Amino acid sequence: MGFINALFLSMEHIVIIGNGISGVTLARHIRKRSDAKITIISAETKYFFSRTALMYVFMGHMKFEHMQPYENDFWKKNNIDLLEGMVTEVITDEKQLLLADKSKISYDKLVIATGSKPNKYGWPGQELNGVTGLYHKQDLEALEQWAPTTKRAVIVGGGLIGIELAEMLRSRNIDVTFLVREKSFWSGVLPSGESKMINRHILEHHIDLRLDTNMVEILSDDNGHVRAVVTDKGETIDCQIVGLTAGVSPNIDFLKGSAIELGKGVKVNRFLETNVKDVYAIGDCAEQHEGIDLRRPIEAVWYTGRMMGEVLAQTLTGNPLQYKPGHWFNSAKFLDIEYQTYGWVWAKPKDDENHFYWEHSKGKKAIRISFHKETREFLGINTFGIRMRHEFFDKVLTNKESVDYVVKHLAEANFDPEFFKNHSKEIQKQFTTEFIGTKTA
Amino acid sequence: MSKSIENISVASHDNNVLDGIQKTGISIGLIGLFIMALALFNINFPYKGIWLTASIVAVFGGIILYANRTYLNKPEGIKNDGIMHSSLTNKGTLAWMVGIILTSFYVVLYWFPKYLGLNSEGGANTGIVAFFDPLSLLLNGKPASQWFVYGTLYTIAIVGLGYKFILKYRHNKYQLVRTISVMFFQLGFAFLIPEILEKLNPEKAYFAKDLKNMWPLNYYFFNDWHLKAMIEGGNLGMFMLLFGIAMIFIISPILTYFYGKRWYCSWVCGCGGLAETAGDSFRHLSSKSMISWKIERWMIHSVLVFVFVMTIAVIFTFLSNNPEMSFITRDQFIGGIVIFLTVFTTALFLFKRKDMDTDAVYTMVTLVVIIIISLLMNYFSGNQNILFIDSNSLREWYGFAIGAAFSGVIGVGFYPILGNRVWCRFGCPMAAILGLQQRLLSKFRITTNGGQCISCGNCSTFCEMGIDVRSYAQKGENIVRSSCVGCGVCSAVCPRGVLKLENDSPGGRINANEILLGNDIDLMDYVNNK
Repeated sequence: MGFINALFLSMEHIVIIGNGISGVTLARHIRKRSDAKITIISAETKYFFSRTALMYVFMGHMKFEHMQPYENDFWKKNNIDLLEGMVTEVITDEKQLLLADKSKISYDKLVIATGSKPNKYGWPGQELNGVTGLYHKQDLEALEQWAPTTKRAVIVGGGLIGIELAEMLRSRNIDVTFLVREKSFWSGVLPSGESKMINRHILEHHIDLRLDTNMVEILSDDNGHVRAVVTDKGETIDCQIVGLTAGVSPNIDFLKGSAIELGKGVKVNRFLETNVKDVYAIGDCAEQHEGIDLRRPIEAVWYTGRMMGEVLAQTLTGNPLQYKPGHWFNSAKFLDIEYQTYGWVWAKPKDDENHFYWEHSKGKKAIRISFHKETREFLGINTFGIRMRHEFFDKVLTNKESVDYVVKHLAEANFDPEFFKNHSKEIQKQFTTEFIGTKTA
Repeated sequence: MSKSIENISVASHDNNVLDGIQKTGISIGLIGLFIMALALFNINFPYKGIWLTASIVAVFGGIILYANRTYLNKPEGIKNDGIMHSSLTNKGTLAWMVGIILTSFYVVLYWFPKYLGLNSEGGANTGIVAFFDPLSLLLNGKPASQWFVYGTLYTIAIVGLGYKFILKYRHNKYQLVRTISVMFFQLGFAFLIPEILEKLNPEKAYFAKDLKNMWPLNYYFFNDWHLKAMIEGGNLGMFMLLFGIAMIFIISPILTYFYGKRWYCSWVCGCGGLAETAGDSFRHLSSKSMISWKIERWMIHSVLVFVFVMTIAVIFTFLSNNPEMSFITRDQFIGGIVIFLTVFTTALFLFKRKDMDTDAVYTMVTLVVIIIISLLMNYFSGNQNILFIDSNSLREWYGFAIGAAFSGVIGVGFYPILGNRVWCRFGCPMAAILGLQQRLLSKFRITTNGGQCISCGNCSTFCEMGIDVRSYAQKGENIVRSSCVGCGVCSAVCPRGVLKLENDSPGGRINANEILLGNDIDLMDYVNNK
């Protein structure tokens, strides 16, 4: 039947470049609503895997197959074609893709979901053996190859991937020097209290944290492998692995020269359409003409990639919808400390914002609530070492509840496992002292 | 061959290398086991009591030293580094060796106890059974049996490795409380109290004195010799009989309604206790494939039917042979069973049909009809074998195939190969009953935290019951599965705080969403409420 349909009814062919969370979510949701022919092209792996779990495979918590959320026969069962190949050119006039092996593929609708690549800022020696980001499956393979002969690694870039890479390497008893450009870890995003807490935790894990330090150059040995890095403090650090984790940028080099409008990423409107008809972009590689609400134009986050996939599937199956992400949320884990955030908490409060910060005496749990100075409207929360309910804060943000409401209902918002110590009382007490004024006894 | 740089550093880069203190711990523990092994090979120790004490102390001491060194000098947190690289925990040579040794031990234990040194003719024991005589005499006043040796080793494993588990998960209070609970129930209820009760009632025939070991996990509870022993066992015997029945029909359903089957499987049960403590290192080996889920459902429910049929048959035989000992007649019994099955199945069909798969409903109804028809046919034709087959041979087959081969040899012997919950997942009829209730009538679920899942797969990997937790979490769906024993490890290993074990109102427990929280509200409404 499928064949006959394709022949006579000229079934629509949707081609998705990239099999990350965005592309795969899109394909799954299209399949729920339509019989269109779907092809996913990937040069990285045949089957979808969860990039977020690469670290756990290296650390030996999981095997590669554990990262694959769907069994291998899932794709055939759902009639989603998987194609391994590297797209080198998009010929929009002919609605064709050119692959590295010179084969051509025609599409009716094209979705670019090629994700990101690690930033390289033109450091001398950045192409040497032993230098890697942590993004692709191939990065993991390279690390596996180098790890047994590595005594020390240097990681450049103090963000979420950098700390993951540090944790990975430490799990194999490799010494790690962690170069962070800022004066404190991830301080562009985290306010000082939380950032300092993570600094301490990094040191506790015997990671050699160098704040306010940049890499200048990577030195090579005789075989073209990394030998050492030189910092802007004039120090030369011997190492056999260099991890480049100074952020990511859209993986769209193959589109240069095509008719598709590019900025840093693939420019899209709120319907995730590019300037070329029937070409769309989602996930890390998509760039909104203007950031939505307080979001950045490019959001390289798992959740937004998934959400764009969910939305675009509607559009491509006859229910055109704009991408309207709801309230911002995100999460991460810094070594042993879990982090969640709901709404917006800026590293430095804006003029009309107040921050309330509580930290546990042992220094591994903290929350920060941002709220409006005058209206006391709740704006966002950072939570460390305490799990909170997404649903609770989504509702609070939608209903524009006050900070007082949130502090009062903290126990209800808590999502920690049973028997965990609840710190709501202590937090409420501190909040009362700082922002309500001491009550007369 | 690629030319990688030669490793010229003095530092070790292997994450599985032990330091001196860890090695000492392992050595002391193994020496303890080695002393027991010497006894097994009929080395006749003088001062058995002292050697036995020394070997047990060595085992505990070794575990404590090793665990302290391994976990206490690192910050609190998830400690799964290198599990997939190590021979013992990744089905390597060590794992196979341990598997073979354990399996052989179970074979000898169940079918050739004389090789352990048991003297069943009434003479003195030899071997490892004799080695445990001093402890047995102290606790229950009799020389040891192979079961006493087994029970002691079992308890040592749960308490010792429970200590290790507690250090490993010391940041997680749920794990802490739960593990102390299984250690307490094993040491007290399964080991010490029954042995001491045995001492206080020396003249009576044996009957099970472990309050928590309920039917159908204790499959011989209703066997005629056991019923007789309880009825003739004085106050204690009558108490065990009545409490055992109350556990089945009152206590367990109530607890399962409020807390799910975890109250038993991962808090109280001895099999679960061993799996959670000694078996913790193997929890990730359970298969998560769809096909094993299918096999699991067929197997565990077949065992349930088997034990049910066997029990009806043995009770019928008992009532036929001993009408003077029972408070009900066999007529009342058969009538009662028919009524119970009819009411139970009808109620399920009327109220819970939608919660079950179609094939499950058909299978259940068909089975119940077959059982009722066979009961009535045999009953009215005056057949002594109420379900066609002789109750004795049914009983023996169950004891052999399920009680010994499955729960022991495969269930524990294969820990390092198939994972630590093989028995609980594929074979335990108790887990099957509790699971049915958990799925259909309980407040328990694992809640998924909105849209926070990143599909990393830690939860699925470390689920000992082989549940693909991620497949639910990434859909924003709560996990309501009959097999979940509520160990809480999925929640513990989740790096993003997505999973929480909860007891809440039974309505809307599953809460499936196609579009997850965090996206366009209109779209969420449009798709999720369609």
